[in-house]
Amino acid sequence: MIVAEAKSLGKIKEMLASHKRVLVSGCNTCMAVCFAGGEKEAAVLAASLRMAFKIDGVDIEIKEMSVQRQCEKEFTEPLKGGAADFDAVLSLGCGAGVNALADMLTDTIVYPGVDTKFIGITESEGVWASRCSACGECILDQTAGICPINRCAKNILHGPCGGSQGGSCEISRDIPCVWQLIIDRMKRLGIMDKLGGIRPLKDWSAGLNPSKVTKDERDK
Amino acid sequence: MRTQYPTNLKVLKVPCSGRVDMVHILSAFEEGADGVVVAGCLEGECHYKDGNIKAKERVVKIKRRLVEIGLEAERLEMYNLSATMAASFVEMASEMTERVKGLGPNPLKDRV
Amino acid sequence: MMEKSNLEKVLSLGEFAVTAELGPPKGADGQKVKEKARLLKDVADAVNITDCQTAIVRMSSIASAKLIMDEGLEPIVQMTTRDRNRIALQSDLLGAAALGINNILCLTGDHPKFGNHPEAKPVFDLDSIQLSLMLKRMRDDKLFLNGEELHGAPNFFIGAVANPFADPFDYRAVRLAKKIEAGADFIQTQIIYNVEKFFDWMAQVREMGLDKKVHILAGVAPVKSAGMAKYMKKNVPGMDVPDWVIERMEAAGKEGAKEEGIKICVEIIEKVKNIDGVHGVHIMAIEWEDAVGPIAEAAGLLPRPKY
Repeated sequence: MIVAEAKSLGKIKEMLASHKRVLVSGCNTCMAVCFAGGEKEAAVLAASLRMAFKIDGVDIEIKEMSVQRQCEKEFTEPLKGGAADFDAVLSLGCGAGVNALADMLTDTIVYPGVDTKFIGITESEGVWASRCSACGECILDQTAGICPINRCAKNILHGPCGGSQGGSCEISRDIPCVWQLIIDRMKRLGIMDKLGGIRPLKDWSAGLNPSKVTKDERDK
Repeated sequence: MRTQYPTNLKVLKVPCSGRVDMVHILSAFEEGADGVVVAGCLEGECHYKDGNIKAKERVVKIKRRLVEIGLEAERLEMYNLSATMAASFVEMASEMTERVKGLGPNPLKDRV
Repeated sequence: MMEKSNLEKVLSLGEFAVTAELGPPKGADGQKVKEKARLLKDVADAVNITDCQTAIVRMSSIASAKLIMDEGLEPIVQMTTRDRNRIALQSDLLGAAALGINNILCLTGDHPKFGNHPEAKPVFDLDSIQLSLMLKRMRDDKLFLNGEELHGAPNFFIGAVANPFADPFDYRAVRLAKKIEAGADFIQTQIIYNVEKFFDWMAQVREMGLDKKVHILAGVAPVKSAGMAKYMKKNVPGMDVPDWVIERMEAAGKEGAKEEGIKICVEIIEKVKNIDGVHGVHIMAIEWEDAVGPIAEAAGLLPRPKY
């Protein structure tokens, strides 16, 4: 899933200060799961903004509503009509959602309310970690399902580097050396032979922006 | 036991203090409450195991949000007491009333 | 360009090689490079020029290399994959070769997070092993990475680094084998203080027959103070600094620190010199270049051969 972090109240106030009627729009898929921008977060944020602006003496109306997924037209289309009543929309969707909403509401200014961080997993309660860089050409068959493109700070394909110590990345003791993890798992699975040889250079163009995926005509 | 507690206290019952969410507390302040008290069971006696612990942690976070909004963190407080502790209840009510009086009325209250 | 580098000559003739290191300045003053170079004249067979070490911006390695060549020294250009993609790397290498630079040390490089521009976008288009492979392709196959012919092929003497002290220890010699497969002609190791562990690593290396395939230069560095030793132990990932180093440096006090640091360095050189498979030393006296001469002298490594 996509993981994001809510922007600070201060930053959001700055973005909205010049407007009179703002709609806060939550997204109930990934953003709800990582507690950054779901329905509940939208309600809390809208209330906080109303109170903060009132105390500041700023005259602004803030309403909130959420959709299932901001990246799907079928869920955001219903917003089109009502959006005309607002001069700005604060989207709590991930970057894709903000873009999609902005494309849908062509006559409204759309602002981002969260900072999109990565494609990742829920590691434990309240902790999310990145796992995939969308490089476009998955090599997880060669690394026992553990990704060095995403989890190695230097994208090394022949790791670990000389900075790996005690299972930690040289960047921080809190970050595991992903190549240590790969070697440990390969040892456990008895597939160390997959580490032999020199890997060809990565084709970074496979995952570069901008890009599209189109389903084959026959499969539609 | 017949004791009086200040009449400015509006009691809202919840099954467990752990049920209280940031959105409820913010709502209370937005509606004009001068102060909010979250009263949970004594630690170790929560009927739902650790709901009152969660409430305690949540109150800390909400205080931070109140400061960001421009309200005083002291307007919100967490207390622990059991349903039978009448004297403590009165103490809590009086304490918060005094504190909030000192802070002045909620700036969000609509002036007539 | 087609001629062997001095370092290559020394090693291929079976001489015990000495290399030193020079860090370029944080400015555009070429004179500073030349001054440091003069301190290293005739005490080493070739001198490494670092490439924005610890991700701190310094004068470029290739430019600095040309400046020391003007002083009659032979450079080893260090090249990281942190800041340049394959287009820039191949281009820079062609430029280096055109300037007469053959010795290239391939590194992945310290992450930008360590440096003075931590918000920079890291490149890491290749890793150090793929960089070695690239150099080999350019030199031996006379091809660019994409298979196109390369006219005026360079004659690189390819270097790589090895860290006997990083984890996992039992994989380190295996990784060295990959570097050799990718084209490494010579290796410079991370700084050695824990001679026992280095000895164990060399045993693994010899067991795999790698000492016959590549020239290994043992990395050494004189400690300037007890504080520096403690810093390296605590803050530099992949460095093994045993407590005895710190103890001896502390015992030497402020007055005797430099002398003790040099003494320890010379002792380590004498120990590693005798390890089978070690073909030279790489003396890293960063910001203390004038210590290299005395160290080489005391270790009986002077004069350096001239061809």
